[in-house]
Amino acid sequence: MNLKRAAGYATLLLLAGCQSNHSMLWSSASKQASDIEWLYWFIFWICLVVFILVIAFFAGGAAKSNIDEAEMAPVMESNEPGDRRAKVGVSIALAITTGTLFVVLAFSIVTGKTTAGLSSKNPVTIQVIGHQWWWELRYPNSQADLTVTGANEIHLPVGQPVVVLTASRDVIHSFWAPNVDGKRDLLPGYQSAFTFKIDKPGIYHGQCAEFCGEQHAHMGFEIVAESMDDFQNWLQQQRKPAVEPQDPTAIRGREVFLTHACVLCHTIRGTDAGSKVGPDLTHVASRRLLAATEISNAPGSLAGWISDPQRIKPGAKMPANPLPPADLNALVTYLRSLQ
Amino acid sequence: MRWNYLSFVLAAAAMLLLISCEREDRRFREAPPSSSVVNTIQVSQLHPGGQQIATPPVPNSYEENAYAVSEGKRLFENFNCTGCHSHGGGGIGPPLMDDQWIYGGEPANIFASIMEGRPNGMPAWRGRIPENQGWQLVAYVRSMSGQLRTDVAPGRSDHMSGKKPEANTPREIPTGTTGAPTHQ
Repeated sequence: MNLKRAAGYATLLLLAGCQSNHSMLWSSASKQASDIEWLYWFIFWICLVVFILVIAFFAGGAAKSNIDEAEMAPVMESNEPGDRRAKVGVSIALAITTGTLFVVLAFSIVTGKTTAGLSSKNPVTIQVIGHQWWWELRYPNSQADLTVTGANEIHLPVGQPVVVLTASRDVIHSFWAPNVDGKRDLLPGYQSAFTFKIDKPGIYHGQCAEFCGEQHAHMGFEIVAESMDDFQNWLQQQRKPAVEPQDPTAIRGREVFLTHACVLCHTIRGTDAGSKVGPDLTHVASRRLLAATEISNAPGSLAGWISDPQRIKPGAKMPANPLPPADLNALVTYLRSLQ
Repeated sequence: MRWNYLSFVLAAAAMLLLISCEREDRRFREAPPSSSVVNTIQVSQLHPGGQQIATPPVPNSYEENAYAVSEGKRLFENFNCTGCHSHGGGGIGPPLMDDQWIYGGEPANIFASIMEGRPNGMPAWRGRIPENQGWQLVAYVRSMSGQLRTDVAPGRSDHMSGKKPEANTPREIPTGTTGAPTHQ
Protein backbone atom coordinates (compact mmCIF):
# COMPACT_ATOMS: atom_id res chain seq x y z
CA MET A 1 0.00 0.00 0.00
CA ASN A 2 1.68 3.17 -0.99
CA LEU A 3 1.62 6.15 1.28
CA LYS A 4 0.43 8.60 -1.38
CA ARG A 5 -2.78 6.70 -2.00
CA ALA A 6 -3.48 6.48 1.76
CA ALA A 7 -2.95 10.21 2.12
CA GLY A 8 -5.32 10.77 -0.81
CA TYR A 9 -8.04 8.70 0.79
CA ALA A 10 -7.56 10.51 4.11
CA THR A 11 -7.99 13.88 2.37
CA LEU A 12 -11.12 12.65 0.62
CA LEU A 13 -12.53 11.51 3.97
CA LEU A 14 -11.89 14.97 5.41
CA LEU A 15 -13.59 16.61 2.44
CA ALA A 16 -16.65 14.40 2.87
CA GLY A 17 -17.36 16.34 6.05
CA CYS A 18 -17.44 19.58 4.05
CA GLN A 19 -20.43 18.69 1.90
CA SER A 20 -22.46 21.25 3.76
CA ASN A 21 -20.23 23.66 5.56
CA HIS A 22 -21.51 24.31 9.09
CA SER A 23 -19.00 27.07 9.70
CA MET A 24 -18.71 30.78 9.15
CA LEU A 25 -15.32 30.19 7.48
CA TRP A 26 -15.56 30.59 3.66
CA SER A 27 -19.34 30.21 3.77
CA SER A 28 -20.85 33.05 5.75
CA ALA A 29 -24.35 33.96 4.65
CA SER A 30 -24.84 37.16 6.60
CA LYS A 31 -22.94 40.29 7.64
CA GLN A 32 -22.82 39.00 11.21
CA ALA A 33 -21.12 35.77 10.19
CA SER A 34 -18.67 37.55 7.87
CA ASP A 35 -17.76 39.98 10.67
CA ILE A 36 -17.03 37.03 12.91
CA GLU A 37 -15.07 35.38 10.12
CA TRP A 38 -13.01 38.55 9.66
CA LEU A 39 -12.21 38.66 13.39
CA TYR A 40 -11.26 35.00 13.27
CA TRP A 41 -8.74 35.54 10.46
CA PHE A 42 -7.40 38.74 12.10
CA ILE A 43 -6.60 36.89 15.32
CA PHE A 44 -5.40 33.85 13.37
CA TRP A 45 -2.75 35.81 11.38
CA ILE A 46 -1.52 37.67 14.47
CA CYS A 47 -1.17 34.39 16.34
CA LEU A 48 0.57 32.82 13.35
CA VAL A 49 3.15 35.66 13.21
CA VAL A 50 3.73 35.39 16.99
CA PHE A 51 4.09 31.63 16.71
CA ILE A 52 6.64 31.88 13.89
CA LEU A 53 8.63 34.56 15.78
CA VAL A 54 8.72 32.49 18.99
CA ILE A 55 9.85 29.37 17.12
CA ALA A 56 12.43 31.38 15.16
CA PHE A 57 13.93 32.91 18.31
CA PHE A 58 13.95 29.56 20.01
CA ALA A 59 15.62 27.85 17.06
CA GLY A 60 18.13 30.69 16.71
CA GLY A 61 19.03 30.51 20.38
CA ALA A 62 19.40 26.75 20.24
CA ALA A 63 21.64 26.97 17.18
CA LYS A 64 23.85 29.68 18.67
CA SER A 65 24.32 27.92 21.97
CA ASN A 66 27.96 26.86 22.24
CA ILE A 67 28.28 26.20 25.96
CA ASP A 68 31.01 23.76 26.57
CA GLU A 69 29.93 20.84 28.70
CA ALA A 70 33.12 21.17 30.69
CA GLU A 71 32.23 24.64 31.94
CA MET A 72 28.53 24.32 32.70
CA ALA A 73 26.77 27.15 34.53
CA PRO A 74 29.30 29.88 33.81
CA VAL A 75 29.44 32.64 36.35
CA MET A 76 27.46 35.62 35.09
CA GLU A 77 29.55 38.67 34.95
CA SER A 78 28.01 42.07 35.27
CA ASN A 79 28.06 43.61 31.82
CA GLU A 80 26.61 47.10 31.94
CA PRO A 81 25.95 47.85 28.24
CA GLY A 82 24.68 44.27 27.63
CA ASP A 83 22.25 44.53 30.56
CA ARG A 84 20.78 47.75 29.29
CA ARG A 85 20.32 46.30 25.80
CA ALA A 86 18.46 43.32 27.25
CA LYS A 87 16.26 45.60 29.37
CA VAL A 88 15.29 47.74 26.39
CA GLY A 89 14.63 44.69 24.23
CA VAL A 90 12.38 43.01 26.79
CA SER A 91 10.48 46.26 27.45
CA ILE A 92 9.80 46.78 23.74
CA ALA A 93 8.65 43.17 23.31
CA LEU A 94 6.38 43.53 26.34
CA ALA A 95 4.91 46.77 25.00
CA ILE A 96 4.26 45.22 21.57
CA THR A 97 2.63 42.15 23.17
CA THR A 98 0.38 44.21 25.43
CA GLY A 99 -0.46 46.56 22.57
CA THR A 100 -1.35 43.65 20.28
CA LEU A 101 -3.58 42.12 22.95
CA PHE A 102 -5.38 45.45 23.34
CA VAL A 103 -5.82 45.74 19.57
CA VAL A 104 -7.36 42.23 19.50
CA LEU A 105 -9.60 43.15 22.41
CA ALA A 106 -10.69 46.35 20.66
CA PHE A 107 -11.52 44.52 17.43
CA SER A 108 -13.46 41.87 19.40
CA ILE A 109 -15.54 44.61 21.02
CA VAL A 110 -16.11 46.34 17.67
CA THR A 111 -17.18 43.03 16.07
CA GLY A 112 -19.51 42.36 18.98
CA LYS A 113 -21.05 45.81 18.55
CA THR A 114 -21.50 45.54 14.80
CA THR A 115 -23.05 42.06 15.00
CA ALA A 116 -25.47 43.27 17.68
CA GLY A 117 -26.28 46.69 16.24
CA LEU A 118 -28.13 45.86 13.05
CA SER A 119 -30.84 48.23 11.95
CA SER A 120 -34.13 46.46 12.40
CA LYS A 121 -36.43 48.41 10.11
CA ASN A 122 -39.49 46.35 9.10
CA PRO A 123 -38.04 43.23 10.60
CA VAL A 124 -39.46 39.73 10.43
CA THR A 125 -39.99 38.79 14.05
CA ILE A 126 -39.80 35.15 15.07
CA GLN A 127 -39.87 33.49 18.44
CA VAL A 128 -37.53 30.56 19.11
CA ILE A 129 -38.34 28.46 22.16
CA GLY A 130 -35.92 25.75 23.22
CA HIS A 131 -37.27 22.42 24.44
CA GLN A 132 -35.53 19.20 25.38
CA TRP A 133 -34.65 18.40 22.50
CA TRP A 134 -36.28 20.38 19.73
CA TRP A 135 -36.94 23.95 18.66
CA GLU A 136 -40.39 25.51 18.76
CA LEU A 137 -40.90 28.40 16.35
CA ARG A 138 -43.56 31.05 16.26
CA TYR A 139 -44.20 33.73 13.69
CA PRO A 140 -46.26 36.04 15.88
CA ASN A 141 -49.07 38.12 14.44
CA SER A 142 -51.25 40.68 16.19
CA GLN A 143 -54.17 38.62 14.92
CA ALA A 144 -53.93 35.46 16.98
CA ASP A 145 -55.25 33.08 14.31
CA LEU A 146 -52.58 34.26 11.86
CA THR A 147 -49.75 33.24 14.20
CA VAL A 148 -47.79 30.37 12.72
CA THR A 149 -46.30 27.66 14.93
CA GLY A 150 -43.70 25.30 13.61
CA ALA A 151 -40.73 23.23 14.70
CA ASN A 152 -37.08 22.83 13.75
CA GLU A 153 -37.38 24.38 10.27
CA ILE A 154 -37.06 28.17 10.20
CA HIS A 155 -38.11 29.81 6.94
CA LEU A 156 -36.76 33.34 6.55
CA PRO A 157 -36.68 35.91 3.74
CA VAL A 158 -33.34 36.96 2.29
CA GLY A 159 -32.24 40.58 2.68
CA GLN A 160 -34.67 41.36 5.47
CA PRO A 161 -33.62 41.97 9.08
CA VAL A 162 -34.80 39.19 11.39
CA VAL A 163 -35.49 39.77 15.07
CA VAL A 164 -35.32 36.56 17.07
CA LEU A 165 -37.04 36.53 20.46
CA THR A 166 -35.62 33.72 22.55
CA ALA A 167 -37.06 31.66 25.38
CA SER A 168 -36.66 28.21 26.85
CA ARG A 169 -39.18 25.80 28.32
CA ASP A 170 -36.84 23.76 30.52
CA VAL A 171 -33.04 24.23 30.64
CA ILE A 172 -30.53 26.55 28.97
CA HIS A 173 -30.14 25.92 25.23
CA SER A 174 -28.05 27.84 22.74
CA PHE A 175 -29.15 28.82 19.25
CA TRP A 176 -26.26 28.50 16.83
CA ALA A 177 -26.35 28.62 13.05
CA PRO A 178 -22.67 29.28 12.25
CA ASN A 179 -23.28 30.50 8.69
CA VAL A 180 -25.66 33.15 9.99
CA ASP A 181 -24.67 34.40 13.42
CA GLY A 182 -22.82 33.65 16.64
CA LYS A 183 -24.18 31.59 19.51
CA ARG A 184 -27.15 32.95 21.46
CA ASP A 185 -28.30 31.39 24.70
CA LEU A 186 -31.98 30.62 25.31
CA LEU A 187 -32.64 31.02 29.01
CA PRO A 188 -35.67 29.69 30.86
CA GLY A 189 -37.80 32.44 32.34
CA TYR A 190 -36.00 35.22 30.49
CA GLN A 191 -36.73 36.60 27.03
CA SER A 192 -33.95 38.22 25.06
CA ALA A 193 -33.69 39.31 21.43
CA PHE A 194 -31.07 39.42 18.71
CA THR A 195 -30.99 40.47 15.09
CA PHE A 196 -29.41 39.18 11.90
CA LYS A 197 -29.93 39.47 8.18
CA ILE A 198 -29.29 36.68 5.71
CA ASP A 199 -27.88 37.78 2.34
CA LYS A 200 -27.57 34.50 0.47
CA PRO A 201 -30.49 32.12 -0.10
CA GLY A 202 -29.86 28.54 0.94
CA ILE A 203 -30.39 25.96 3.65
CA TYR A 204 -28.22 26.45 6.71
CA HIS A 205 -27.86 23.94 9.48
CA GLY A 206 -27.98 24.99 13.11
CA GLN A 207 -27.31 23.20 16.33
CA CYS A 208 -27.81 23.55 20.07
CA ALA A 209 -24.51 24.80 21.48
CA GLU A 210 -25.13 24.48 25.21
CA PHE A 211 -25.20 21.01 26.76
CA CYS A 212 -28.82 20.37 27.66
CA GLY A 213 -29.19 16.63 28.29
CA GLU A 214 -29.13 13.23 26.58
CA GLN A 215 -30.05 14.35 23.08
CA HIS A 216 -28.19 17.67 23.06
CA ALA A 217 -25.94 16.51 20.21
CA HIS A 218 -28.98 15.69 18.05
CA MET A 219 -30.87 18.91 18.71
CA GLY A 220 -30.52 20.47 15.28
CA PHE A 221 -32.52 22.90 13.21
CA GLU A 222 -32.49 24.24 9.68
CA ILE A 223 -32.77 27.78 8.38
CA VAL A 224 -34.33 27.92 4.93
CA ALA A 225 -33.46 31.34 3.50
CA GLU A 226 -35.61 32.13 0.47
CA SER A 227 -36.97 35.08 -1.49
CA MET A 228 -39.64 37.28 0.09
CA ASP A 229 -42.33 35.86 -2.24
CA ASP A 230 -41.46 32.25 -1.42
CA PHE A 231 -41.40 33.12 2.26
CA GLN A 232 -44.82 34.79 2.13
CA ASN A 233 -46.27 31.81 0.23
CA TRP A 234 -44.85 29.45 2.83
CA LEU A 235 -46.30 31.59 5.64
CA GLN A 236 -49.74 31.64 3.97
CA GLN A 237 -49.62 27.87 3.59
CA GLN A 238 -48.61 27.38 7.24
CA ARG A 239 -51.45 29.58 8.44
CA LYS A 240 -54.09 27.23 7.07
CA PRO A 241 -55.56 24.62 9.38
CA ALA A 242 -54.72 21.00 8.66
CA VAL A 243 -56.15 19.51 5.46
CA GLU A 244 -59.16 17.28 5.86
CA PRO A 245 -58.24 13.68 5.09
CA GLN A 246 -59.99 12.32 1.98
CA ASP A 247 -59.27 8.62 1.55
CA PRO A 248 -60.46 6.11 4.15
CA THR A 249 -56.94 5.18 5.30
CA ALA A 250 -56.12 8.78 6.16
CA ILE A 251 -59.49 9.22 7.90
CA ARG A 252 -58.71 6.14 9.97
CA GLY A 253 -55.25 7.62 10.62
CA ARG A 254 -56.78 10.77 12.07
CA GLU A 255 -58.95 8.62 14.32
CA VAL A 256 -55.83 6.73 15.49
CA PHE A 257 -54.12 10.04 16.19
CA LEU A 258 -57.03 11.37 18.21
CA THR A 259 -57.60 8.20 20.25
CA HIS A 260 -54.01 7.32 21.18
CA ALA A 261 -51.16 8.89 23.09
CA CYS A 262 -50.33 11.31 20.21
CA VAL A 263 -53.12 13.67 21.16
CA LEU A 264 -51.75 14.18 24.67
CA CYS A 265 -48.69 16.06 23.47
CA HIS A 266 -49.23 17.28 19.89
CA THR A 267 -51.36 19.88 18.18
CA ILE A 268 -52.99 19.55 14.78
CA ARG A 269 -54.88 22.78 14.14
CA GLY A 270 -58.34 22.08 12.81
CA THR A 271 -58.78 18.97 14.97
CA ASP A 272 -59.38 18.42 18.68
CA ALA A 273 -55.66 17.85 19.23
CA GLY A 274 -54.36 20.98 20.93
CA SER A 275 -51.65 20.00 23.37
CA LYS A 276 -48.43 21.99 23.52
CA VAL A 277 -45.94 19.52 24.99
CA GLY A 278 -44.50 18.31 21.67
CA PRO A 279 -44.09 19.91 18.24
CA ASP A 280 -47.08 21.24 16.30
CA LEU A 281 -47.89 18.73 13.55
CA THR A 282 -50.41 20.76 11.53
CA HIS A 283 -48.04 20.87 8.52
CA VAL A 284 -45.59 18.14 9.47
CA ALA A 285 -45.43 16.76 5.92
CA SER A 286 -44.09 20.09 4.63
CA ARG A 287 -40.89 19.75 6.65
CA ARG A 288 -37.68 18.38 5.15
CA LEU A 289 -36.53 16.51 8.24
CA LEU A 290 -37.99 14.99 11.41
CA ALA A 291 -36.97 14.61 15.06
CA ALA A 292 -34.94 17.86 15.23
CA THR A 293 -33.26 17.15 11.85
CA GLU A 294 -32.17 13.68 12.95
CA ILE A 295 -34.07 11.63 10.34
CA SER A 296 -35.53 12.28 6.90
CA ASN A 297 -39.23 12.94 6.51
CA ALA A 298 -40.00 9.71 4.65
CA PRO A 299 -42.86 7.30 5.43
CA GLY A 300 -40.49 4.60 6.71
CA SER A 301 -38.53 6.83 9.07
CA LEU A 302 -41.75 8.46 10.28
CA ALA A 303 -43.20 5.03 11.10
CA GLY A 304 -39.97 4.03 12.82
CA TRP A 305 -39.96 7.22 14.85
CA ILE A 306 -43.58 6.78 15.97
CA SER A 307 -43.20 3.16 16.99
CA ASP A 308 -39.86 3.43 18.80
CA PRO A 309 -38.34 6.91 19.22
CA GLN A 310 -36.09 5.68 22.03
CA ARG A 311 -34.16 3.56 19.53
CA ILE A 312 -33.42 6.57 17.33
CA LYS A 313 -32.91 9.12 20.11
CA PRO A 314 -32.54 7.48 23.55
CA GLY A 315 -33.97 9.73 26.25
CA ALA A 316 -36.21 11.75 23.92
CA LYS A 317 -39.45 12.76 25.61
CA MET A 318 -41.62 10.87 23.12
CA PRO A 319 -42.55 7.37 24.35
CA ALA A 320 -42.75 4.25 22.23
CA ASN A 321 -46.14 3.68 20.59
CA PRO A 322 -46.71 0.00 19.88
CA LEU A 323 -49.54 0.25 17.33
CA PRO A 324 -50.96 -2.58 15.24
CA PRO A 325 -49.45 -2.43 11.71
CA ALA A 326 -52.71 -1.36 10.05
CA ASP A 327 -53.17 1.51 12.53
CA LEU A 328 -49.55 2.59 12.18
CA ASN A 329 -49.87 2.58 8.40
CA ALA A 330 -53.07 4.64 8.60
CA LEU A 331 -51.45 7.11 11.01
CA VAL A 332 -48.41 7.55 8.76
CA THR A 333 -50.69 8.02 5.73
CA TYR A 334 -52.60 10.72 7.59
CA LEU A 335 -49.50 12.54 8.85
CA ARG A 336 -47.95 12.40 5.36
CA SER A 337 -51.04 14.15 4.01
CA LEU A 338 -50.55 17.16 6.31
CA GLN A 339 -48.83 19.40 3.76
CA MET B 1 -1.47 -14.37 45.83
CA ARG B 2 -1.56 -11.02 47.55
CA TRP B 3 -2.53 -9.35 44.28
CA ASN B 4 -5.36 -11.79 43.82
CA TYR B 5 -6.65 -10.87 47.24
CA LEU B 6 -6.34 -7.13 46.52
CA SER B 7 -8.14 -7.36 43.17
CA PHE B 8 -10.93 -9.33 44.82
CA VAL B 9 -11.40 -6.59 47.42
CA LEU B 10 -11.36 -3.92 44.71
CA ALA B 11 -13.91 -5.79 42.63
CA ALA B 12 -16.17 -6.19 45.66
CA ALA B 13 -15.90 -2.47 46.42
CA ALA B 14 -16.71 -1.61 42.79
CA MET B 15 -19.78 -3.86 42.91
CA LEU B 16 -20.90 -2.17 46.13
CA LEU B 17 -20.67 1.16 44.33
CA LEU B 18 -22.68 -0.18 41.40
CA ILE B 19 -25.56 -1.15 43.67
CA SER B 20 -26.25 2.49 44.39
CA CYS B 21 -26.53 3.21 40.64
CA GLU B 22 -30.05 1.78 40.48
CA ARG B 23 -31.28 5.10 41.79
CA GLU B 24 -29.77 7.09 38.91
CA ASP B 25 -30.22 4.51 36.14
CA ARG B 26 -31.98 5.93 33.08
CA ARG B 27 -33.73 3.11 31.29
CA PHE B 28 -35.28 4.39 28.09
CA ARG B 29 -36.41 1.17 26.45
CA GLU B 30 -38.11 -1.28 28.74
CA ALA B 31 -41.36 -2.97 29.45
CA PRO B 32 -43.50 -1.32 32.15
CA PRO B 33 -43.49 -3.00 35.59
CA SER B 34 -46.82 -4.72 34.94
CA SER B 35 -49.68 -4.13 32.56
CA SER B 36 -52.15 -6.81 33.63
CA VAL B 37 -52.43 -5.54 37.19
CA VAL B 38 -55.60 -3.54 36.59
CA ASN B 39 -57.79 -6.62 36.18
CA THR B 40 -56.80 -7.99 39.56
CA ILE B 41 -57.43 -4.82 41.52
CA GLN B 42 -60.51 -4.86 43.70
CA VAL B 43 -61.88 -1.45 44.53
CA SER B 44 -64.74 -2.49 46.80
CA GLN B 45 -64.76 -4.53 49.96
CA LEU B 46 -68.10 -6.04 48.91
CA HIS B 47 -67.69 -9.14 46.86
CA PRO B 48 -69.55 -12.41 46.34
CA GLY B 49 -68.20 -15.71 47.52
CA GLY B 50 -65.77 -16.39 50.31
CA GLN B 51 -63.38 -14.10 52.05
CA GLN B 52 -61.05 -12.28 49.65
CA ILE B 53 -57.51 -13.53 49.98
CA ALA B 54 -55.03 -10.72 50.25
CA THR B 55 -52.93 -10.50 47.09
CA PRO B 56 -49.31 -9.53 47.38
CA PRO B 57 -48.72 -5.91 46.37
CA VAL B 58 -47.39 -5.31 42.87
CA PRO B 59 -44.02 -3.64 43.26
CA ASN B 60 -43.36 -0.55 41.17
CA SER B 61 -39.66 -0.65 40.32
CA TYR B 62 -39.82 3.02 39.34
CA GLU B 63 -40.17 3.91 43.03
CA GLU B 64 -36.48 3.05 43.41
CA ASN B 65 -35.43 5.21 40.49
CA ALA B 66 -34.99 8.97 40.81
CA TYR B 67 -35.09 9.57 37.04
CA ALA B 68 -38.44 7.78 36.64
CA VAL B 69 -39.95 9.75 39.53
CA SER B 70 -38.79 13.05 38.07
CA GLU B 71 -40.24 12.01 34.70
CA GLY B 72 -43.50 11.34 36.55
CA LYS B 73 -43.31 14.82 38.02
CA ARG B 74 -42.81 16.32 34.55
CA LEU B 75 -45.70 14.32 33.10
CA PHE B 76 -47.95 15.30 36.01
CA GLU B 77 -47.55 18.86 34.75
CA ASN B 78 -47.58 18.03 31.02
CA PHE B 79 -50.77 15.96 31.16
CA ASN B 80 -52.47 18.65 33.23
CA CYS B 81 -53.02 16.51 36.32
CA THR B 82 -52.34 19.81 38.12
CA GLY B 83 -55.54 21.17 36.54
CA CYS B 84 -57.61 19.20 39.08
CA HIS B 85 -55.22 17.92 41.74
CA SER B 86 -53.08 21.07 41.86
CA HIS B 87 -49.54 20.30 43.03
CA GLY B 88 -50.83 17.75 45.49
CA GLY B 89 -53.14 20.00 47.48
CA GLY B 90 -56.24 19.19 45.48
CA GLY B 91 -58.90 21.45 44.04
CA ILE B 92 -61.46 20.04 41.65
CA GLY B 93 -59.96 16.64 42.41
CA PRO B 94 -58.92 15.21 45.77
CA PRO B 95 -55.58 16.14 47.33
CA LEU B 96 -52.76 13.64 46.79
CA MET B 97 -50.34 14.68 49.51
CA ASP B 98 -52.46 13.63 52.50
CA ASP B 99 -53.15 10.26 54.09
CA GLN B 100 -56.65 9.73 52.59
CA TRP B 101 -56.87 7.21 49.75
CA ILE B 102 -60.42 6.79 48.46
CA TYR B 103 -59.48 4.02 46.02
CA GLY B 104 -56.37 2.70 47.72
CA GLY B 105 -52.83 3.95 48.10
CA GLU B 106 -50.96 0.88 46.82
CA PRO B 107 -49.12 1.42 43.50
CA ALA B 108 -51.52 -0.97 41.73
CA ASN B 109 -54.56 0.93 43.04
CA ILE B 110 -53.23 4.25 41.85
CA PHE B 111 -52.32 2.73 38.49
CA ALA B 112 -55.90 1.44 38.17
CA SER B 113 -57.29 4.85 39.15
CA ILE B 114 -55.24 6.54 36.41
CA MET B 115 -55.86 3.99 33.69
CA GLU B 116 -59.55 3.22 34.34
CA GLY B 117 -60.69 6.55 35.75
CA ARG B 118 -62.95 7.04 38.75
CA PRO B 119 -66.51 8.35 39.17
CA ASN B 120 -67.12 12.09 39.50
CA GLY B 121 -64.50 13.40 37.18
CA MET B 122 -61.31 11.34 36.97
CA PRO B 123 -60.93 10.47 33.28
CA ALA B 124 -59.68 7.08 32.08
CA TRP B 125 -56.24 7.42 30.53
CA ARG B 126 -56.01 3.91 29.12
CA GLY B 127 -54.71 4.04 25.57
CA ARG B 128 -53.74 7.68 25.97
CA ILE B 129 -50.83 7.25 28.38
CA PRO B 130 -48.23 4.58 27.59
CA GLU B 131 -48.12 2.16 30.49
CA ASN B 132 -44.58 2.92 31.61
CA GLN B 133 -45.50 6.60 31.85
CA GLY B 134 -48.51 5.54 33.92
CA TRP B 135 -46.19 3.77 36.36
CA GLN B 136 -43.89 6.80 36.45
CA LEU B 137 -46.91 8.92 37.40
CA VAL B 138 -47.80 6.39 40.11
CA ALA B 139 -44.30 6.67 41.56
CA TYR B 140 -44.52 10.46 41.57
CA VAL B 141 -48.04 10.52 43.07
CA ARG B 142 -46.80 8.35 45.94
CA SER B 143 -43.81 10.62 46.48
CA MET B 144 -46.21 13.50 47.19
CA SER B 145 -47.23 12.01 50.53
CA GLY B 146 -43.72 10.88 51.38
CA GLN B 147 -44.10 7.17 50.55
CA LEU B 148 -40.77 7.01 48.70
CA ARG B 149 -37.18 6.97 49.87
CA THR B 150 -36.03 10.55 50.37
CA ASP B 151 -33.04 10.10 48.07
CA VAL B 152 -35.36 9.05 45.23
CA ALA B 153 -38.17 11.60 45.66
CA PRO B 154 -37.70 14.89 43.76
CA GLY B 155 -35.66 17.42 45.72
CA ARG B 156 -36.90 20.56 44.02
CA SER B 157 -39.41 21.93 41.52
CA ASP B 158 -38.66 23.59 38.20
CA HIS B 159 -41.22 26.25 39.00
CA MET B 160 -41.99 28.41 41.99
CA SER B 161 -43.59 26.24 44.60
CA GLY B 162 -45.35 26.98 47.84
CA LYS B 163 -44.79 23.60 49.41
CA LYS B 164 -41.76 21.63 50.47
CA PRO B 165 -40.15 19.41 47.84
CA GLU B 166 -41.32 15.79 47.81
CA ALA B 167 -38.04 14.61 49.28
CA ASN B 168 -38.71 16.66 52.43
CA THR B 169 -42.36 15.64 52.82
CA PRO B 170 -42.95 13.60 55.97
CA ARG B 171 -44.51 10.22 55.31
CA GLU B 172 -48.31 10.10 55.69
CA ILE B 173 -49.60 6.72 56.82
CA PRO B 174 -52.37 5.83 54.34
CA THR B 175 -55.77 5.59 56.06
CA GLY B 176 -59.44 5.72 55.17
CA THR B 177 -61.31 3.32 52.95
CA THR B 178 -58.63 1.90 50.77
CA GLY B 179 -60.97 -0.51 49.01
CA ALA B 180 -58.15 -2.88 48.32
CA PRO B 181 -57.62 -5.93 50.46
CA THR B 182 -55.21 -5.12 53.23
CA HIS B 183 -51.80 -6.67 53.12
CA GLN B 184 -50.34 -8.26 56.15
